[in-house]
Amino acid sequence: MTASSLAALPDQLPDARAVFAGRGLACERGGRRVFHGLSFMVCAGEALVLVGRNGSGKSSLLRLMAGLSRPAQGSLTWNAGDIADDSEAHHGRLHLIGHQDAIKPALTVKENLGFWARYRGAGPCASARIADALRAFALERLAELPARYLSQGQRRRLSLCRLLASPAQLWLLDEPRAGLDRAASASLDAALAHHRAAGGIAVVVLHAEDHPPEARVLDFDAVKAGG
Amino acid sequence: MLAAIGAIIGRDLRLALRQGLDSLLAVVFFVLACVLFPFGVGPAPETLARIAAGVLWVAALLAALLSLERLFQADYEDGSLDLLALGPAPLPAIAAAKIAAHWLTTAVPLIAAAPVLALILNLPPAAFSSLVLALVLGTPTLSLIGGVGAALVLGARRGGVLLALLVLPLYIPVLIFGVAAVGASQIGLAAQPHLFMLTALLLVALVLAPWAAGAALRQALD
Repeated sequence: MTASSLAALPDQLPDARAVFAGRGLACERGGRRVFHGLSFMVCAGEALVLVGRNGSGKSSLLRLMAGLSRPAQGSLTWNAGDIADDSEAHHGRLHLIGHQDAIKPALTVKENLGFWARYRGAGPCASARIADALRAFALERLAELPARYLSQGQRRRLSLCRLLASPAQLWLLDEPRAGLDRAASASLDAALAHHRAAGGIAVVVLHAEDHPPEARVLDFDAVKAGG
Repeated sequence: MLAAIGAIIGRDLRLALRQGLDSLLAVVFFVLACVLFPFGVGPAPETLARIAAGVLWVAALLAALLSLERLFQADYEDGSLDLLALGPAPLPAIAAAKIAAHWLTTAVPLIAAAPVLALILNLPPAAFSSLVLALVLGTPTLSLIGGVGAALVLGARRGGVLLALLVLPLYIPVLIFGVAAVGASQIGLAAQPHLFMLTALLLVALVLAPWAAGAALRQALD
């Protein structure tokens, strides 16, 4: 199965032998070299945890992985094909949860989530998926509430619901635990475990102490920062 | 991809309805600006009739400019633009969808208000139909050109002022042919040639503006 057919048919099983890799990556922000010579590889069912001090380029690497910006050097590949060659297919197989939550305060919780599910082509079973996603992060009782009344942690949970509302094989999560209580954190762990068991890949920016078991760790402090 | 574009337009229309203020502000500005002119130039009916077309067009143009700055700004600030770019619709299509929603929520109310204001400004009733037609053909071009400007100033400080400086000179052709269409039917000439020119401008903008806006959005995302 090719990557583009995966994007077109979101309910098919993900590519069980997918390999997402980067080689010799360098990133520049505002003319300053953030990191260089960075390589990584994750296979289907695995998680890659990014740790490192502030400003070491973890979020920048996530944006490179999503294809939102281009690396100054090096290449990112999905199954040996450069992601820049077919960026539409790459976008179709990934979810990005960044620091900004992309929530419209004037829309209800359900409308916010429903828009992103419909936009990504969640298909005929969209409403069932949305209901499941809201239940998974304990937001089903707030579904009809305008999002402006949500607390910081609830907003975070609503962004995480996007992961479940439409399927994608690659999850890119930037400090997903920020602002979450213990129960929501456990829900996230369950969602991650389920995602990996189904052959999904997760790249997660975390603090060193709380990464999931058997994850590969990419320590930015060990990568030599460019001068 | 069509479903994705429909989803964006639907969301923007719903947001505009919920937050009502933006489109309301544009119409109120349009009405106030037009109503100020009789006070400024005096209430002589023949003077007003002579300047009516120009006043209506300039006021409509400035009113359309008023809410342009927010066109992409809100989505840029809350991270929605990143996620839109990661979806199935390419950036030019995203830009086109947002511009279409902007036109529906700001320009359509202006077009609806224009005949009433034309009455206040003593425009001869014979020119009403060409005024509305010219606005229907001209305002989408204003929205399209404005969309390119709004995408270009994304992330800039004082973006609104910069946007006006960028976009207003490009509005001149639409202004010239829009006013000429109304003026022609005012003195009993055919408005068609001017309306055809407005159509031509619209078609050119329709082809070029979404791509230019998409390229500007790509720059803003990087």
